[in-house]
Amino acid sequence: MSLFRPNWQALAALLATLLSLTALPYTAGMSAQFSLAVAVLLAAGAIVSMLRLAAGLEALVLLVASFGAASMLIAGLAGATGTASAGYFASLVAAWLLGWRLVTVLSGDGSRTGQTAGIVAITVPALFGIWVLILWECIVRGAGVPFVLLPPPSAIGLRIGNSLPILAADFRQTVLKAVLFGYVVGSLTGFLVAILADRFRFFANGLLPVGNMVSALPMIGIAPVMVIWFGFDWQSKAAVVIVMTFFPMLVNTLAGLAASSDMERDLMRTYGAGHWQVLMKLRLHAAMPFIFNALKINSTLALIGAIVAEFFGTPIVGMGFRISTEVGRMNLDMVWAEIALAAVVGSLFYGALALLERTVTFWHPSYRR
Amino acid sequence: MTGGSFLRDRVFPVASILLVIMVAWYLAAYWMNAPFQRDFDRRAGETRTAVEFLALTMSQPKPTMPAPHQVAENLWKNTLTVKPWSKRSLVYHSWITLSATLLGFAMGTALGVVIAIGIVHIPALDRSFLPWIIASQTIPILAIAPMIIVLLSAIGVTGLLPKALISTYLSFFPVAVGMVKGLRSPDVLHLDLMRTYSANKLQTLWKLRIPASVPFFFASMKVAIAASLIGAIVGELPTGAVAGIGSKLLAGSYYSQTIDIFAALIAGSVVAILLVSLVDGLGRLVNARMGARQP
Repeated sequence: MSLFRPNWQALAALLATLLSLTALPYTAGMSAQFSLAVAVLLAAGAIVSMLRLAAGLEALVLLVASFGAASMLIAGLAGATGTASAGYFASLVAAWLLGWRLVTVLSGDGSRTGQTAGIVAITVPALFGIWVLILWECIVRGAGVPFVLLPPPSAIGLRIGNSLPILAADFRQTVLKAVLFGYVVGSLTGFLVAILADRFRFFANGLLPVGNMVSALPMIGIAPVMVIWFGFDWQSKAAVVIVMTFFPMLVNTLAGLAASSDMERDLMRTYGAGHWQVLMKLRLHAAMPFIFNALKINSTLALIGAIVAEFFGTPIVGMGFRISTEVGRMNLDMVWAEIALAAVVGSLFYGALALLERTVTFWHPSYRR
Repeated sequence: MTGGSFLRDRVFPVASILLVIMVAWYLAAYWMNAPFQRDFDRRAGETRTAVEFLALTMSQPKPTMPAPHQVAENLWKNTLTVKPWSKRSLVYHSWITLSATLLGFAMGTALGVVIAIGIVHIPALDRSFLPWIIASQTIPILAIAPMIIVLLSAIGVTGLLPKALISTYLSFFPVAVGMVKGLRSPDVLHLDLMRTYSANKLQTLWKLRIPASVPFFFASMKVAIAASLIGAIVGELPTGAVAGIGSKLLAGSYYSQTIDIFAALIAGSVVAILLVSLVDGLGRLVNARMGARQP
């Protein structure tokens, strides 16, 4: 049993660190000593992590080495944008490899057991996200990518902090008025039409193929028509969202209402239950996974519909309006701030639906442990 | 469907729903165009009979809601009476959009499959990457599609590729998620059997996982190709684009040419239906050849 337990990520990191020593200092803003300190930290992290350590200790070593080096590399960019040498990128790669090793250690062999599983399930994707941001920041600023092409995340963060009132106004106009109204009305009508159509077999048979076909159509194209019909304000955007969310809900609810098995329906019949009783007590419950699927699809569609519809004419507020005008003025940091806002809103929306789904359809096999 | 014939369970209901939609469309056309026509007549000082009035609401040059026959006439004029490669032809515009869609779809499908294979085989990727792919789809990428086109043209990437990239982004996700499910669908017994044959990972992938994932593959491709078309159309919206269904939509909205907009929408829908049916048919064919049970 040897003391050493080599793995390819740490070995590659070591190699990259050695390579980086050929191009000292890393940037014009970093002294040779400071650059060397980064290299030493990386090399030490790589070597120590390969020792036979407890998994927790190994993770700690990797955490300190990779993120310590990364923060030093970012600090080294201050006032030295675009001056990074090949050595800078080599050590960035080394830090990233150690970060990957950290994720690998935390993921283990892929089995989802143990008490720490819950923490790991959150930490690992978070680490991945942080590394995407670090790489973005270092590459964009290190290589001096023009600001109009891709602003670094730090500039976007600064812009978000500086223009909160504008973002809030856009959020109110696009999300609170157009998206929310359209989403609720569209999903609700789709649901109600499905319930009514389900009462009459003939309608359900006719609506399902038509609805399936319409769901595949590029419905976003009705946006210009809706702007002509309902004017520039949020009503036209809500109309687009209603049309876009109606069909997925209709189709999924119809499919879901057919999901309960014959056996279960026969049981209800032996109880002497009428159509509405069977619907309320059995079939709606069986349809819930399908309905939540539609709600999730619709959450993304609604946001897309409202923002794209704003490209066709809008009052001077709204996320889509802001994106299209700020692109024209080359204020890319503002555009990215809106994108970040949209991403956060979209993710929260989706996350809330997933949580709700979990509580409503707790009986579903996919949640069994 | 036990009992019932194809005619009674499919054709009649679908036909009657389509009929209802058509009637509703004509009613809407009358109802929405009537105010303008009434106003117009009042100013011109004309009095018309009900039939005359009805006919006029159906034949305005820039109606609020074009009647179906106006759209059909426009479609007829722009597809069959002009050369397919002329700028006025909808066939030409559809082809531009279709080529971007297909390129993006091919790239997206390839990317999705590669990601799925990676996720199934590398636990670290499964843990760290999968949540972000799901999160990536909550970002309304379509909303920033025009911006991406503008940016890419700023660094000299123009033509088909930028639109195709939007399509790629939209279509890789359904394929990746569907394939992860599909590649994991063989049950433990089958995987154990492969192990008793001492098959390595590559052999297990090629001989068990990939054949097992074929039905999932086609199901997700159906979603992906529809998404891909939407990506291509939205990618054509910025003013830079001069051809394609998206640019027809934008031009129509600038000049309030509702008939043109509807004709472009129908053209897009025809392309969508053709693409989805093509993938669907191919899927049925492959599944049947591979001996899958028909539902």
